[in-house]
Amino acid sequence: MISIIDYGAGNIFSVKNALDYLGLENKLTKDKTEIENADAIILPGVGAFPSAMKMLDSTGLVETLKEQAKKKPFLGICLGMQMLFEKGYEFEEADGLGLIKGKVDKIVAPGMIIPHMGWNKLEFLNDCPLLEGLTDDEYVYFVHSYQAYCDDSAISAYCEYSSKVPALVYDGANVYGAQFHPEKSGKTGLQILKNFGGLIK
Amino acid sequence: MLAKRIIPCLDVRNGKVVKGVNFEGIKDVGDPVECAEEYNKQGADEIVFYDITASYEGRGVFLDVVRETAKKVFVPLTVGGGIKDVNDIRETLRAGADKVSVNSQAVKNPQLIKEGADIFGSQCICVGIDAKKIADNKWTVYINGGRVDMGIDLIDWVKQIEQLGAGEICLNSIDADGTKEGFDIDMLKAVCNACTIPVIASGGAGKINDFAEVFEKTGATAALAASLFHFKELTVQEVKQYCRGKGVIVR
Repeated sequence: MISIIDYGAGNIFSVKNALDYLGLENKLTKDKTEIENADAIILPGVGAFPSAMKMLDSTGLVETLKEQAKKKPFLGICLGMQMLFEKGYEFEEADGLGLIKGKVDKIVAPGMIIPHMGWNKLEFLNDCPLLEGLTDDEYVYFVHSYQAYCDDSAISAYCEYSSKVPALVYDGANVYGAQFHPEKSGKTGLQILKNFGGLIK
Repeated sequence: MLAKRIIPCLDVRNGKVVKGVNFEGIKDVGDPVECAEEYNKQGADEIVFYDITASYEGRGVFLDVVRETAKKVFVPLTVGGGIKDVNDIRETLRAGADKVSVNSQAVKNPQLIKEGADIFGSQCICVGIDAKKIADNKWTVYINGGRVDMGIDLIDWVKQIEQLGAGEICLNSIDADGTKEGFDIDMLKAVCNACTIPVIASGGAGKINDFAEVFEKTGATAALAASLFHFKELTVQEVKQYCRGKGVIVR
């Protein structure tokens, strides 16, 4: 059972639709016990960093999620990926979950359209189990104006948008983050979600 | 780099695709969910559903179509037609749309763009524009499916909607629409130069080279077509292969 954390952020139904399609058992939840008993966790998110962290905080789940991330596969998607980092600077400084070292700030891409929206190519950097079965010509769907700034060692794949934008991050243990929307990235995205489901022991 | 997007558009009335389609292997040729699945298979980067239903009952059927498609097709879905207020936007997004496209209603009430962007984010507010040439490098904005001239200058309107928070523009040329003579390059150039948000080219696609041309000559980030794909004159896959051969980055 995969817990999809339901803390009031949008877009959770498309994540659920994709998991249902793949036959991966899942449930939208903000219940602490359910999350503790889950085999894996997905943290979705659309919106702004500080308000999403506040919403997450108001569910009382911040500590639970930090603890569970040590024990089972944990995937943050889009803003959920950004929340894995230590700090965010969208409108104001805010603490993230601190599961991966780094911060989240504006995309710096002079002369480029912001938000970074559309299909961009994954460039592979470090091995990651979620990239199993992908070719070297895979595009995924992005919609974001802020990005992660972190050490290369945490980046499994990035994309080029004037500079390097971290696309898939991995702490080398349980914690994964996708800046793109795997649930909206066609076959490639479904393969990544399937790989995540495959991590369940 | 971002790939240029190829977007098929489906016109839906009372739960059926209006233009006759005849995809192989599909029993009910008018089923929008099956058509969307087929376009998805062909490599569509996004799918647009346009509701041309007039009745209130029809709206429910239409949203069911969106809901069912979102369970089977995992690329962004844009939904237009019949969106009058913030509640319509909310309802449409809840049904599984990733973006809504507002057109006539945005002209009548531009604040709808701002309200929508403030509540749901700019990324999901696409503004559709129907425009027609009145003089060299001058166009005006029409509403109600291109029937009513609002006398608003296209470039002024583009600047206004960007400021109100629109995340994207879908620009349809009334002059080019249905001609199959290619996209309206001059109008697209003028609009792309006037704003910094993504512009989808719409209206006029008839040949495979029209797609490559619009990406080579204008700043459009996507190209949309309906009947061309409906009538299987071209597949999304063929268009993409051709564009790739011309050096255009596509998925």
